[in-house]
Amino acid sequence: MTTLLILAVLVLVAIAIWQMTKIFELSQIKAVDSQIANDRDNKYNGYLMMVFLVFIYAITIFSFWKYGKVLLPEAASAHGGEYDYLMLVSFVIIFIVQTITQLLLHYFGFKYKGEKGKKALYYADNDRLEFIWTIIPVIVLAGLILWGLYSWTNIMDINDEDDPLIVELYAQQFNWTARYAGGDNVLGGANVRMIDIDKANILGIDESDSYAKDDIIVKELHLPVGRKVNFEMRSQDVLHSAYMPHFRAQMNCVPGMTTQFSFTPTITTADMRNNPDVIDKVERTNAIRAERAAAGKENSDPWEFDYILLCNKICGKSHYNMQMKIIVEEEEEYNKWLAEQQTFAQTMASVQ
Amino acid sequence: MSATAHAHLVDHADDHGHHHKETFVTKYIFSQDHKMISKQYLITGLIMGTIGIAMSLMFRMQLAWPGESFPLFETLLGDWAPDGVMDADMYLALVTIHGTIMVFFVLTAGLSGTFSNLLIPLQIGARDMASGFLNMLSYWLFFLSSVIMVLSLFVEAGPANAGWTIYPPLSALPMAQSGSGMGMTLWLVSMAIFIASSLLGSLNYIVTVINLRTKGMSMTRLPLTIWAFLVTAIIGVVSFPVLLSAALLLIMDRSFGTSFFLSDIFIQGEVLHYQGGSPVLFEHLFWFLGHPEVYIVILPAMGIVSEVMANNARKPIFGYRAMIASIIAIAFLSTIVWGHHMFVSGMNPFLGSVFTFTTLLIAIPSAVKSFNWITTLWKGNLQLNPAMLFSIGLVSTFITGGLTGIILGDSTLDINVHDTYFVVAHFHLVMGISALYGLFAGVYHWFPKMFEGKMMNKNLGYIHFWITAVCAYGVFFPMHFVGMAGVPRRYYENTAFPMFDELTDVQVLMTVFALVAGLAQLVFLFNFIHSMFYGKKGPQNPWKSNTLEWTAPQEHMHGNWPGAIPHVYRWAYDYSKTDERGDYIIPGQDFVPQNVPMKEDEEELHH
Repeated sequence: MTTLLILAVLVLVAIAIWQMTKIFELSQIKAVDSQIANDRDNKYNGYLMMVFLVFIYAITIFSFWKYGKVLLPEAASAHGGEYDYLMLVSFVIIFIVQTITQLLLHYFGFKYKGEKGKKALYYADNDRLEFIWTIIPVIVLAGLILWGLYSWTNIMDINDEDDPLIVELYAQQFNWTARYAGGDNVLGGANVRMIDIDKANILGIDESDSYAKDDIIVKELHLPVGRKVNFEMRSQDVLHSAYMPHFRAQMNCVPGMTTQFSFTPTITTADMRNNPDVIDKVERTNAIRAERAAAGKENSDPWEFDYILLCNKICGKSHYNMQMKIIVEEEEEYNKWLAEQQTFAQTMASVQ
Repeated sequence: MSATAHAHLVDHADDHGHHHKETFVTKYIFSQDHKMISKQYLITGLIMGTIGIAMSLMFRMQLAWPGESFPLFETLLGDWAPDGVMDADMYLALVTIHGTIMVFFVLTAGLSGTFSNLLIPLQIGARDMASGFLNMLSYWLFFLSSVIMVLSLFVEAGPANAGWTIYPPLSALPMAQSGSGMGMTLWLVSMAIFIASSLLGSLNYIVTVINLRTKGMSMTRLPLTIWAFLVTAIIGVVSFPVLLSAALLLIMDRSFGTSFFLSDIFIQGEVLHYQGGSPVLFEHLFWFLGHPEVYIVILPAMGIVSEVMANNARKPIFGYRAMIASIIAIAFLSTIVWGHHMFVSGMNPFLGSVFTFTTLLIAIPSAVKSFNWITTLWKGNLQLNPAMLFSIGLVSTFITGGLTGIILGDSTLDINVHDTYFVVAHFHLVMGISALYGLFAGVYHWFPKMFEGKMMNKNLGYIHFWITAVCAYGVFFPMHFVGMAGVPRRYYENTAFPMFDELTDVQVLMTVFALVAGLAQLVFLFNFIHSMFYGKKGPQNPWKSNTLEWTAPQEHMHGNWPGAIPHVYRWAYDYSKTDERGDYIIPGQDFVPQNVPMKEDEEELHH
């Protein structure tokens, strides 16, 4: 596939160069020793304007056809549906404007290519025209702004309604840790100054805080489907960003402060694996990985789809590999899994 | 003030020619002549640009063929590419320095520095800048900062590699990253000097435009280039000092133990003493410059394009006053939108709402500009010179890149594409490629003015444009899809996530386009250097332009015009103007230079 792409590009480039040299030669025939565009230059470059317009449309269509499928699957969070819809509407507007303006720009470039003796129209201003193309963007943008702000306010309104699950996401170079608030659903106090590596208190949790005793620290994020999760993000060293693309969720982790994000997962990992888009993606990916395995290369184990938490703020050398698996499951499975985990108090006791 | 300065300069002109014995040093090195300084800016900018683009090609190769060994890497990167495989720290360093060089050294100094210096005195009808000495100082500070930035590449622990935005704590703590030691120190020193240079330049441009316009050159007769340079200089003066304060506070945090940006840090097994600072504060300070900076980059390009486009369309620029108003509106709004870089930084979401509102407002003057350019082409007599092609190219990439700004400027939609390749694609098209096109348009158009009438080869110019135009879209259009697939930027390789496996194809495609685009720039460099020495001399006013710079003789002289400074009687856009009978104002000539007095029965047809 890759080789095919490279070949296609090389062919296109070759055609481009061939066309260039043709223009070059053609313009040499007359051998006018001037570096100012003449009618012949205007003509050929005018035609190339149209060719370029076709190229812009072609690369747009090609990208959608070829890469449209690599995009993220349907949103797995409650607010994600609205996010995707707003994105779609924005894209429709963008593509309408893009198609029309590029057409006008390049078509005018072709249509009005210069000829000796032709007279351009002295056309300095037109208040009505300018008013029209000021007011249209104003109206369209006002709509988008209002809609965007409405969604934004809803998404960023982090509250305790609907009994949210409280989870801390803790970032450090170069890994993630999650802390569940436990039975009391209140996180124990914590600060980097209380980190005690010898006692394996890596999150700096206040051992004397009674809320901390039932906290559960894990390296894999499990979420019950359908229950709102309020995330509290912390970082111990540099800026990180907790990016959960499948849930349309992202928030930076900032040393010295706690940041928040909240969403309700709506599709379990198991269900997402059965999503047709995801099945196709996994198939394509495993085909690539099988090829790699055949060539004896690394990174070739078959892949099974999982939600993922990535670091999306440059954080140092291994920034590119700072991740944590997210598993969305039914309430019972989640409770079962949680019951198997050690609480903070148990961990501390086992160390001493 | 204006009148006295003017009178003084007129006197000065009379005795010109029999003093100022120039030595090699005063003529070519420590020159105070704006034309020479503009060439110094351009050539330094092009050298920095070559370095910056070469870096991008290297990290694009790493992205397309991760972990592959390239002898080229071993040659150029040495110990940073053991056995030809690029080191992850070096990858980040290349990304960081590429960004820094392209944004500041090429598109700020190389673009605005070159053309503000060349065009402000020549187009407003002045003998030189208000202060030739400050102008010289500005260039040499820029040169010094360039040298320090390049030297930082050779530091043992590596150059700065915290991203061009150098967010602390990553940039503040050498324990967090190797490049945050000496490399970052040199980065900060270099940028502090750069800011001083930029401020000296900007103040000079502002004073010159306000005070040294020739007789008749009212503000509403200025070519749009000058309007753009003036407003750019004003935003520079407003916002660059804030970056300096951010840099100084960061230097203090790094070297003197203060806690402006740092708090509660545990790294490599120990708690650091920092308490009470906030990295978010740094982000605010940084983007208070950082956002206006992208307009500092694009406005001069827009000014150049407005001028080149009207000239080559043989038509007045459409909506001259609307163009000025939109430049000012963009400049004003640009200083109150910085928060859109920080929607998910942890700042108060309410602030996010405000910044969404101001950000999307910027789309309005941008749309006005784009439509006005398109209308300028309508019913023109387009002379498709290379400069004109690059101007049309700018409008094309500015629209394509600008439209995705509607998504990124919307706080809701930003959540999932923030810091992904979608952002990279967006800003490269809207400000990177567009501003570069503006730079190229300017170079092709004013090369004869810079190099005493010599012209660049047009056919090489056409080859340069078309390959670049195709490749720019080839690189950055598919990149949007990579971003929407969720690939974060500044990843050394994407192999740690199977979900990105199938995107390697796209990376290869983009890299191939990038490499071809890089080769096309060699055509430009060859054309530039060759024409500098062997270029054929063209006519004094090769593009049949109205603006004053073409009334000055081709041979450079101190003071620009041998006799009195030309007076101005009309705006700069009387192209193809006809009288009631439909004849050109000057028979047989479709343009009326600004220094031609109004004919008796001639009316102003614009407002």
